[in-house]
Amino acid sequence: MYQIIVLVKQVPDTRDITTKTMKEDGTVNRTALPAIFNPEDLNALEAALLIKEKYGAIVTVITMGPPSAAEILRESLYRGADKVILLTDRRFAGSDTLATSYILSMAIKRIEKFDIIFTGRQAIDGDTAQVGPQVAEKLNIPQITYMQEVLHLNKNEIKIKRLIDNGIEVLKSKLPVLITVNNTSNTPRFPSIKQMAKFKKAISNSELTKVSNTLKYLSPERYSEETLIQNRLLINEWNMEDINANPILCGISGSPTKVFKINYVTLETKETKEIPPNEKGIKTLIQELIKEHIV
Amino acid sequence: MANFFTENSDRLFHFNSLDIKKIVESLEDNFNEHKRFDYAPENYEDAMDNYKRILELVGQISAECIAPLAKSVDEQGAFYKEGEVEYAEGTKQSFETLRKADLIGGTLPRKYGGLNLPNVVNNIIIEMVSEADASFMNIYGLQDIAVTINKFASEEQKEKILPLFCKGEVTGSMDLTEPEAGSDLQAVQTKATFDEKENCWKLNGVKRFITNGGARVHLVLARSEEGTQDARGLSMFLYLKDGGMKIRRIENKLGIHGSPTTELEFNDAKCELVGKRRFGLIKYVMHLMNGARLGVAIQALGIAQAAYNKALKYALERKQFGKKIIELPAVYDMLTNDRMDIEATRSLIYHTGLIVDELESIEKTLEEKQENFFSEKPANQRERARKLSEKVELFTPLAKYYSTEAANRICYNAIQIHGGTGYMQDFDVERHYRDARITSIYEGTTQFQVVAAIGGIMTKQMDSEFEKFRKSAQGHEGEFKDVYDVLLKYERMFNKAIDKVRELKNKDFRDYIARTLIDMALLLYMAYSFLDEAKRNPKKALFARKFAMERLPGFEPNYHKVMEVDETTIRNYEQLLEIKI
Repeated sequence: MYQIIVLVKQVPDTRDITTKTMKEDGTVNRTALPAIFNPEDLNALEAALLIKEKYGAIVTVITMGPPSAAEILRESLYRGADKVILLTDRRFAGSDTLATSYILSMAIKRIEKFDIIFTGRQAIDGDTAQVGPQVAEKLNIPQITYMQEVLHLNKNEIKIKRLIDNGIEVLKSKLPVLITVNNTSNTPRFPSIKQMAKFKKAISNSELTKVSNTLKYLSPERYSEETLIQNRLLINEWNMEDINANPILCGISGSPTKVFKINYVTLETKETKEIPPNEKGIKTLIQELIKEHIV
Repeated sequence: MANFFTENSDRLFHFNSLDIKKIVESLEDNFNEHKRFDYAPENYEDAMDNYKRILELVGQISAECIAPLAKSVDEQGAFYKEGEVEYAEGTKQSFETLRKADLIGGTLPRKYGGLNLPNVVNNIIIEMVSEADASFMNIYGLQDIAVTINKFASEEQKEKILPLFCKGEVTGSMDLTEPEAGSDLQAVQTKATFDEKENCWKLNGVKRFITNGGARVHLVLARSEEGTQDARGLSMFLYLKDGGMKIRRIENKLGIHGSPTTELEFNDAKCELVGKRRFGLIKYVMHLMNGARLGVAIQALGIAQAAYNKALKYALERKQFGKKIIELPAVYDMLTNDRMDIEATRSLIYHTGLIVDELESIEKTLEEKQENFFSEKPANQRERARKLSEKVELFTPLAKYYSTEAANRICYNAIQIHGGTGYMQDFDVERHYRDARITSIYEGTTQFQVVAAIGGIMTKQMDSEFEKFRKSAQGHEGEFKDVYDVLLKYERMFNKAIDKVRELKNKDFRDYIARTLIDMALLLYMAYSFLDEAKRNPKKALFARKFAMERLPGFEPNYHKVMEVDETTIRNYEQLLEIKI
């Protein structure tokens, strides 16, 4: 049985952006945008689930975020994840990619054995694509980015196809390995409705302490931590102490990246140009595109 | 993200109005199911939350996965290859997506892997799938066969078949029609003979126009009683596809290309009897047909919704004479009427679904002897079940009649609104138009639905429905006092018209005027239904007014047509058509 870890992130949905979505201080106004499962992390989860179906695996999903990020862990359970862990601590807030990858790597170190770590190529809020590779560096394991397809897997090594400019590359790697997954790699499955009916009741300890509206359909006898664990419905929460992290390296103090200034860029069409539909017109257009380094 | 549930205000309106606590409690054995299945709800709120999640998910899958494939499914179509039926690529993909999301086996019990949904909820699922791809609904929605097996087959047969359905490993087909037995099913000639040597039943004969004939599981209506010619010689058989059945051909059709329509030949095909001999048509097929008819009514509603949506979108984009065409009275007249028909149909269909659920939960209570569940005596329950069953027999054909005729009209208008563009294959409306056409034919033509419904109309089954509406409105008529007064007047006229037809004892005239009487009944029902909904929703109040002002006046010409008992056509149709019979 392979042990697979999937790193996921809850992000504001930036696909439908308006001017109200950024705050003056340059951070994202989370209340203006719905929180969603980072799209390429769904591809990463799908890659793990495909291996689970083909080769057999235990899939553990980890996210770092506020208590409300438990929602994407539930969504992972609906799709077939076996275990989920929420890394949440006020002292994690404000982490940049360096601090985040430190925290994630410390959590992974607590999980003794793993063969593959999957994560999305990048998150749609920061678009850095740095966290995956940094985690691999901190764990001192090989990394493969932009994965398109797993070609083969056995106990010792994995063979994958990755997308590069102008082509594909086939690579082999020893296990354990960290792999980042492209959105072209697969079509993430929809949740299973049966798993959803069951795991919508999965809650974390922080949610348990303030029994919210979402829990009103839970029978009272299920509120205790013990029965939740028994029914596999408790979402594990780990804080800084749980993962033995150094406070200096977490949150703002561990983050050298500072936002200096935010500029709004509005894209608009200023002029139009008519291209005659003939050979000469097309030729001119292509030359222009080459000159502007567009193609 | 597109979603056929969350983005359809009328579906949300109906779902949010659902008050089905008793039905759900009975269905869930007072929530004892939860002790055996971790995905079963623990209480009513939990169940309703599950239903909502299911509908949101199906709404998303329908809009994002099934609908975008519908064009390619229509183009490729199901096809015949080396004696077998192959689905279009898109059909396979849609089925696989739903299967992976555990969305197969809607109303089947959990012990076989089903979702144990009430009909009202499952109906919304079927409607959204039909909106996405009407042809696909024939494959996905033919789970009615599994429902019939669940109701009438032996436990052994159920355990063998139903889990396969719920896992999406098999699909079903119901094999009734034959070249000489269409609407008239008692003429079925396919033979079932008991082979003493092999100790099993064997089928011989030909079935025609069989939807999804390549399926693994077949329910076959066949003559088991040698020498009989009527309905009582027919029994139902469960046949699992093997070498005993040949798929002779697959039809080329006007629409629903994704749904294979086949001709089947049974040659000593080994099968099993379902239930009791001689009950095939009179009990099991009647039950199966009610489900299938409501299914087609829902399919038509889904198609109408799709066509309307596209017509509206086009009318908002298309500019002529310096403005959007939606601003032209002739165009918004069509669209508001179409929308009114869609919403009226939806209320009728959901109401029918509720009656079915209510009936099923009483039957369940009676079967399992949970005597105190409805806190009434079994004798009273049986009486209530009988009445509900009569209502199902009436409302099912009414729903199918109205929904499928409306869908044809709405698709016609959708092309009209698109103008010449709509006639081209570049736009979806021509596909909806073709797909809609079959709905008023299969599972019993419109004319047959009229025959099926007229009995209930003549015995004044609608009275209690109208009375319910009037009672709940009493004292709250408000701005609609005038309409309620007109309705009361019309109701009396309606009963007078029925009495008139009864007194005449003229069967030809009764059959000739049946459709008119049914139209009158539907006008009254829909006017009441909009008024009832108007209390909860301002847009419905506008439709209630529009319906009362523009449609309800159509009641009077119909009334006069009945009361005048003019027999010109009945006596002279041969002369009118210049024929001699």
